Amino acid sequence: MSVVFILWLRELKRYTRSRAQIIASLGQPTLYLVVLGFGLGPVFRQAGNGSYLQFLAPGVVGMTILFSSIFSGVGLLFDRQFGFLKETLVAPVPRLQIMIGRTLGGATVAMLQGTLMLLVCLIAGFRPVSLAGGLMAPFFMLLIAIVFCALGTAIGSGLQDMQGFQLIMNFLVLPIFFLSGALFPLDNLPAALSFLTRLDPLSYGIDGLRGTLIAASHFSTVTNFAVLIAVAMAFLALGARAFSRIQL
Amino acid sequence: MIEVHNLSKSFGTVEAVREVSFTVKAGEIFAFLGPNGAGKTTTIKMLTTLLRPSSGSIRLDGLDPVTRQNDVRKRFGIVFQDPSLDQDLTAWENMQIHGVLYHVPRAERLERSETLLKLFDLWDRKDDAVKTFSGGMRRRLEIARGFLHTPKILFLDEPTLGLDPQSRNQLWTHVKHLNQTEATTVFLTTHYMEEADRVAHRVGVIDHGKLVAQGSSQELKAQTGTDSLEQAFLALTGTDIREEKAASGDQLRQFAQMWRRRS
Repeated sequence: MSVVFILWLRELKRYTRSRAQIIASLGQPTLYLVVLGFGLGPVFRQAGNGSYLQFLAPGVVGMTILFSSIFSGVGLLFDRQFGFLKETLVAPVPRLQIMIGRTLGGATVAMLQGTLMLLVCLIAGFRPVSLAGGLMAPFFMLLIAIVFCALGTAIGSGLQDMQGFQLIMNFLVLPIFFLSGALFPLDNLPAALSFLTRLDPLSYGIDGLRGTLIAASHFSTVTNFAVLIAVAMAFLALGARAFSRIQL
Repeated sequence: MIEVHNLSKSFGTVEAVREVSFTVKAGEIFAFLGPNGAGKTTTIKMLTTLLRPSSGSIRLDGLDPVTRQNDVRKRFGIVFQDPSLDQDLTAWENMQIHGVLYHVPRAERLERSETLLKLFDLWDRKDDAVKTFSGGMRRRLEIARGFLHTPKILFLDEPTLGLDPQSRNQLWTHVKHLNQTEATTVFLTTHYMEEADRVAHRVGVIDHGKLVAQGSSQELKAQTGTDSLEQAFLALTGTDIREEKAASGDQLRQFAQMWRRRS
């Protein structure tokens, strides 16, 4: 247990010490929120969908968590390059504990980033519709964080260099973001697109967040919850397996 | 303390280590010497559970690293050829993480961290991030960390690579000191023959994956009719440079890994 704790603490310490990175990683979602939120707002309103800012806020919170989580998994790549990974792998500790410590640490950091982004949204004018809903939101944020930290671990375990990382960003992370319905409603989509959005785990996370924060969702809360938990289990198993197979 | 019998490791068709046998007694400092790519690091990786041997047997403190991985890992400390510190954390934090990973009880962890950091002249920098340290300081920290869990065996894979003579001298003084006071068995590799001559009780020379000689530095000199360990080493391993041959082994190994990952 203390092993899991110390590795969790390590992730947190590294996070709180890189202030520049904290700000930098909020830049992109803030840009989406402000520019798209206010830029597309009038069109969205005219189409009879209400405030785009309200709609977009849960989307950019989900986006922040997604990016932060995947980065924490890819942190494995840096640990491999700077050697710290070896230090943990020769220690008399089951690899599963190491993987759990890292993943929980990454998920906590992603939660903190998501919470900061939620604050930015509040400053920009976003208002959750109910207090009860607002209190439920962290559950969905945590689930999103766990799902993608586990995926990040699975990916990071296999990556050998930075080129691989670029590939992952362009062909996995960005599609996950764009297909999640973070930017547009999932109703009345063309069949092909609708199918793809249903395959994207982030869709359920962001939809769940919308359900709690603005009381409007595409799927039911139970569906969102169930899908996220199932995917989290599957990805955790995948991540643990990939991590246990790392060779140096 | 270390018993190796007919140890072999091949990567595909390349035999990196061939039928190597040797013993290292408890409390001994053993220097494992050889040209680049001779099989030193591969041997250390097998001794330290990072690689499985293709054949042959290893006993560390009577235990087999293949079947008793965790028990074996508790018994040794290792300083790798390349750095393995978390550079964003402080020296103290690196020590604490190591202590927890090796299940050192808290009181002992704090006390030993302090003693070792003081011994290696790092105490007044303990709260600075490792990325602000010089190469010599990082090396010292790695070695201090390796001693933290009171290992029975300490593996040092080219610990003095890239250090100035002052740091090297100081480092070996500390290692010898701990070898005497804590009776730690030390297994080291180095390219500096005079270091091996000065520090090691016994020396093993490996070339092309085969152990070509072992004994005290005196014995090797007598055996080859030379008057320094460096000359004895050259007499045993020849004078041609093997950089290329060595690299091909590594490349093949990487290639094999890549292949395994894709298929």
